[in-house]
Amino acid sequence: MDYSVIAQYFPKLLEGVGTTVELVLVSGLIGTLLAIPLGIARHEKNIWIRALPYAYIFFFRGTPLLVQIFLVYYGMAQFEAVRESALWPYLREPYWCAIIAFSLNTAAYSAEILRGALDSIPKGEVEAAQVLGMRKPLIYRRIKLPRAFAVMLPAYGNEIILMLKGSALASTITLLDLTGMARTIIARTYTPIEIFLSAGVIYLLLSVVIIWVFRIVEKRLNPQQSVKIA
Amino acid sequence: MPENSALYLKDIHKSFGDLEVLKGIDLQAHEHDVISIIGSSGSGKSTFLRCINLLERPTEGEIFITGEKLHLDRAKDGQLDAVSHKQLAQLRSKVGFVFQNFNLWPHMTITENVIEAPVKVLGRSKAEATEYAHELLNKVGLYQRKDFYPAQLSGGQQQRVAIARALAMDPQVLLFDEPTSALDPELVGEVLGVMRDLAGEGRTMLIVTHEMAFARDVSSHVMFLHQGKVEEYGPPAQVFGNPSSERCKEFISTVF
Repeated sequence: MDYSVIAQYFPKLLEGVGTTVELVLVSGLIGTLLAIPLGIARHEKNIWIRALPYAYIFFFRGTPLLVQIFLVYYGMAQFEAVRESALWPYLREPYWCAIIAFSLNTAAYSAEILRGALDSIPKGEVEAAQVLGMRKPLIYRRIKLPRAFAVMLPAYGNEIILMLKGSALASTITLLDLTGMARTIIARTYTPIEIFLSAGVIYLLLSVVIIWVFRIVEKRLNPQQSVKIA
Repeated sequence: MPENSALYLKDIHKSFGDLEVLKGIDLQAHEHDVISIIGSSGSGKSTFLRCINLLERPTEGEIFITGEKLHLDRAKDGQLDAVSHKQLAQLRSKVGFVFQNFNLWPHMTITENVIEAPVKVLGRSKAEATEYAHELLNKVGLYQRKDFYPAQLSGGQQQRVAIARALAMDPQVLLFDEPTSALDPELVGEVLGVMRDLAGEGRTMLIVTHEMAFARDVSSHVMFLHQGKVEEYGPPAQVFGNPSSERCKEFISTVF
């Protein structure tokens, strides 16, 4: 083990961490925003409302993330409409292609997690809101979604950690995320053990941070769980 | 006739597939009436109560709440559904409903549970609603626990909060769906005590219950349901003391 290589290239690796964190945060945010309407639609009784997001979720859960990234990065440019659209300056960038693929992928998984959480809310709690004259949007906003978010957090935290690790695939479309940066350094120094080990440790630390953040949020969203039962 | 009654239900039918649970039930409740609905399990008592505010959609019938007709239309599955969700929500807000399982929202304190609908549905200010909530919690004997979460309370306490939550909307009618059936025997009394007080205030109440002594003491009328039909209806002295129906006689003799 050549520790000096690690010390020398550590700042470079940290640059990659910045890209990785950004990818996870931005696509996590977009993915969650997409997942809310999708998850609600999946939870609704009406068969047509339910069916619509199903095709989408079926596709994104049933195909590898790497294939999805390639489809966005290599595939979209085939369409003239995409090349001529105002968004082309973004869509040609590997960074935005990765964001799109990750967002769509995590939205599909998060939507199913949200649906499961919504389905798990006891029917009586919703009826209690209905009999007080609360209507559907209000019930979602005040009762169902807050309850569902609190219930789904552990599963959702898992999904974010999976996405952190999945973000390594961004390196396949030339992005210099943590993995991409590690590979670039190794190509120069021929020290795969040292550099990949460092990258692995950094991924591990990032996971710990995510777990830690989710634990805090979980406590805040479940205030009833931290009080003493009389 | 429906105009001056707190509740008026006409010819309510309810079928689940081929099974007809309610076979045409009429009920008229005037202001200050306390009507107990009794009968063996499976007689349709709870289903009938839940039809009043459309928690269960009836297959046939008409519903008037405080004189206003709830507009119903046949849905695709053959049951009646509200034409206007707005009207339904508005009429529901005038009818308090207390569940067997309390159904408090676990992520809110009991004060938050009580002020939720007054603030979000009636548009009251939070301060005003909170003051009223504390008054109501005091009335059901739980002011000391106002910042507790439901999970910190016993079943009887939770049910009293649920009653306070219903009262916070200033309902014209209160519906109770077996409010003491999920409680440990020693907790039944505290809930019945609160309900007795409400009846004493002149509240209009419909109570599905198995507490026969309570029904006899508190009710102005008792309705005995059997296999989805009204088998006996009248003042408690008549229904409990001198019922004309054989089945009612039998039922009374088994429960007392």
